[in-house]
Amino acid sequence: MNHFDDLPLWAACLIAAFLFIGSGLTLIGSFGLHRLRSFYDRIHAPTLGTSWGTAAIVLASITCFSMLQSRPVFHEILIGIFVTLTTPVTLMLLGRAALYRDRVENNPGVPALDPPEGILDQSSQTDKSESAQQDDGKPE
Amino acid sequence: MSAAILLWAITFAQIALAIAMALALTRMIKGPRAQDRVLGLDTLYVNSMLLLLVFGMRTGNTLYFEASLIIGILGFVATVALAKFLMRGEVIE
Repeated sequence: MNHFDDLPLWAACLIAAFLFIGSGLTLIGSFGLHRLRSFYDRIHAPTLGTSWGTAAIVLASITCFSMLQSRPVFHEILIGIFVTLTTPVTLMLLGRAALYRDRVENNPGVPALDPPEGILDQSSQTDKSESAQQDDGKPE
Repeated sequence: MSAAILLWAITFAQIALAIAMALALTRMIKGPRAQDRVLGLDTLYVNSMLLLLVFGMRTGNTLYFEASLIIGILGFVATVALAKFLMRGEVIE
């Protein structure tokens, strides 16, 4: 590895610290995905890897290539922005799909779709009509 | 000196990310329901993206950055399509 010899020592220590933090947090998140019990616990675990795991490794890569090429290199920030924007979208969609499937199968431990009688107002009525429309398109 | 520090750190990061990918793969294989498998696939995509970034740092080549960006985009599209399929039973209506 010849191209690492030009780096100053402080830059190497900074990159190594960022790499340790990022890969360790990603490993902890995946271990939580392997270990936790229910799906709604498990969906929180990989966000450790997509938030600070990705951010630390992207910062390490930015530092490394900026030092290697002797100019500021910022294109890795695209990955950080993209992952930060897309992870909540995917996990919200996946969580809503899992909640829908659990409600259809009447699994215990899931909040019911229909609100109790007496607290019906305008918003919950529109919610019920939306869920009725969703029931029509569901083949299961 | 700095080369030795960086080589140890990069090797540690590669091993940790490979173990993380293996854990996500076991969740994807044995996951009791379909949403667990989709979540395992999403984690597997993110971990492989990070592994490619670390591999690009090891070789000093910026080409791996574009590969990891493509993996990130494909992982987002795949997970959204699979979640839509679990929700509605079809992807494009």
